[in-house]
Amino acid sequence: MNFEFSEEQNLLREQARGFLQDNCSTKVVRESLENGGEFNKELWRKVAEMGWTSTVIPEEYDGLGLSYFELSVIADELGRALAPLPFSSSVYLGTEAILAAGSNTQKESWLPKLASGEAIATFAIAEGNGQTTAASLTTTAEGASITGTKVPVPDGDIADVAVVVTKSATGDGASWYLVPLDQPGVHREKVSTLDPSRTYATITFNAASAELMGAEGNGWASTQSLYDRAAILFAWEQTGGSDAALEMAKNYALGRYAFGRPIASYQAIKHKLADMYVKNTLARSNCYYGAWALDSNAPNLPLAAATARVAATQAYYYASKENIQTHGGMGFTWEFDCQFHYRRAKVLSVVIGNESQWQDKLVTGLEAGLDEDAA
Amino acid sequence: MDFKDSPEEATFRDQAATWLKANVPAPAELDGLSEMERGKLWQKRKADAGWACIRWPEEYGGRGANAIQQVILNQEESKVAAPATGQFSIGQGMAAPTMMTWATEEQKTRFLPKLASGEEIWCQLFSEPAGGSDLAALRTKAVKDGDDWVINGQKIWTSGAHYSDWGILVLRTDPDVPKHQGLSYFFLDMKSPGIEIKPIKQISGAANFNEVYFTDVRVSDTQRLGEVGQGWQVALTTLMNERASIGGGGGGAGVKQALKLANSVNIDDKPASKDRQVRAKLADWYVKEAGIKYTGYRSMTALSRGEIPGPENSIGKLVGAPKSQDLASFAIDLQEMGGVMWSPGENDFDNLFQSSFMGIPGLRIAGGTDEIMANIIAERVLGLPQEPRMDKGIPFTEVPTGS
Repeated sequence: MNFEFSEEQNLLREQARGFLQDNCSTKVVRESLENGGEFNKELWRKVAEMGWTSTVIPEEYDGLGLSYFELSVIADELGRALAPLPFSSSVYLGTEAILAAGSNTQKESWLPKLASGEAIATFAIAEGNGQTTAASLTTTAEGASITGTKVPVPDGDIADVAVVVTKSATGDGASWYLVPLDQPGVHREKVSTLDPSRTYATITFNAASAELMGAEGNGWASTQSLYDRAAILFAWEQTGGSDAALEMAKNYALGRYAFGRPIASYQAIKHKLADMYVKNTLARSNCYYGAWALDSNAPNLPLAAATARVAATQAYYYASKENIQTHGGMGFTWEFDCQFHYRRAKVLSVVIGNESQWQDKLVTGLEAGLDEDAA
Repeated sequence: MDFKDSPEEATFRDQAATWLKANVPAPAELDGLSEMERGKLWQKRKADAGWACIRWPEEYGGRGANAIQQVILNQEESKVAAPATGQFSIGQGMAAPTMMTWATEEQKTRFLPKLASGEEIWCQLFSEPAGGSDLAALRTKAVKDGDDWVINGQKIWTSGAHYSDWGILVLRTDPDVPKHQGLSYFFLDMKSPGIEIKPIKQISGAANFNEVYFTDVRVSDTQRLGEVGQGWQVALTTLMNERASIGGGGGGAGVKQALKLANSVNIDDKPASKDRQVRAKLADWYVKEAGIKYTGYRSMTALSRGEIPGPENSIGKLVGAPKSQDLASFAIDLQEMGGVMWSPGENDFDNLFQSSFMGIPGLRIAGGTDEIMANIIAERVLGLPQEPRMDKGIPFTEVPTGS
């Protein structure tokens, strides 16, 4: 049994945590909140310089060719630090989509730039409120151009290229198109969101030039498999955030006195923090298994992904709201940092399908007997 | 990360599996024997071949194995249809480690090998009507009389008292000092004159525990473990091992059975398993089951590396027991009016959720209530302070009580 990160991976964690403590304190997160989500190019450049954006990109495309365990460690630490960066859009979604379905030419033209951080990618699927399905898509493709509106697109305001899910008359009803965003047929507008430290945009495509990526009519299946992989990395970010929220609550409870003693000595608070610890531990252990399933491309990946995703979504929501509660009135002030986790937890919980959708997928995995294959 | 054995572990697994397959009793051999006799037969056979209590030193009946080897042996034993040996677990899991730490060499040589072989069964007499979560509030007293102590009082929740040969117990030897300081720890013969054992009928109808009454029961001072007044420290040795053995979080019905049920009953003329709310609940319980399982893998990895498992291991019971209770309750709901039907004692699928529903409340209490487990996580894992206590530093006789 070797169900633990390696020494090198733990070393990477230490480095990542140290770097983020120095370069991405909550002061940095607050700046992005207060300046309307201005892109922190300097932080992005440093992160890319350390190779984080190139972690799993193969060496032939100028990547580091490392494993998903390394990427999991980075995701965990980015989540803990509430990093105001387009990392998830560009790495877990954009890069992964190109790795999964891109032609050689598409890979050659984008992966080296994504690896170096010179380019940012995103994944454009939602078209307003409510669940998006293959049947609900209205963005269409005609030859080498697409038309339609995607909103909200994560990091759509700063991305250089998007993988866009369009309606298809064949196959599963959807296709993927690779669309450079700096072109006349693309109009972008930033949208105001719950968490301004992570930006979103409305992107309107008006006969924008685009290339089909992967097979026509295979876009919905590709999306599901992309989501399964991304869900594990998002779950790591959520788990990192949950741990940070628990630490905040704990430190405050130890220092805050009421009725002559630290509020951390009251069982009402102790049990609340113990519940956070329990939920965080379940999330973390399920993320461990998710990382293994992702890296080994295990047949039960969909179940492992849904399990990690549901666990982490619930843990982060609980830790972020009860962290505010533990802080009392101060937790509700703009001045305190509790709000960052509360905002981020909610935003992360809906970015690749909400909790209910992942619960549904989890049971679909059980119905398919994927738990029988589990190690 | 992988789930493979190291080469040494693989060799050990092979050895264990080979021996188990060759030696597990054939059905004919067990014919006509009671559960207890079957367990004793199997335990003795394991002990004779060096496969019982393998972590113990050889001279006491073990083979000096490490923790991961114990886990591997357990896994392999669960794959063969071996007789149940749960009746030995308190003696081997709690009494033995306490004896190992605190008994004389002579006592260890006398008692440990018979504990390993199952020839003698031990029970643990800790809880009292007035001392449960607050164990150190126990009142059963022992008064020195020559070379003996004379015991009077009552213990409760003693598993297996009626078939046990020996028992470990904590007694109040000095009521005039603060409560933790007035305790001493003993072991005694459960057939001693003056011991009366009464089974406790539980809400499930079963009787897994007993009340044990002591009337002028004599125990020799040579059967004291630790100094007079050191009983609490000795008890901590036992309790640490109790938590290690109850930590699993198993027991009760699980998601697999609940999904099977949801496929067999309808909501609005469609299988209940297609209902989004039902699916959400099943998913949430699976998250817990999987989370406990993979947390166990992390602990096993620590053992495999010769390290002590981290605090994450303490969540099993706190997560598992309430999960099983909620799952059983929900499954009965899914059965609608049919859910009221239950034949206690029947173990088939039709009775599974009802039996679990009626049995689980005990699991949320045994070995540390949910609330105590949460305190343990808060205090030992997160480092939060204890609640102020009304009984600190005052003689036991002056501590406020409800009766």
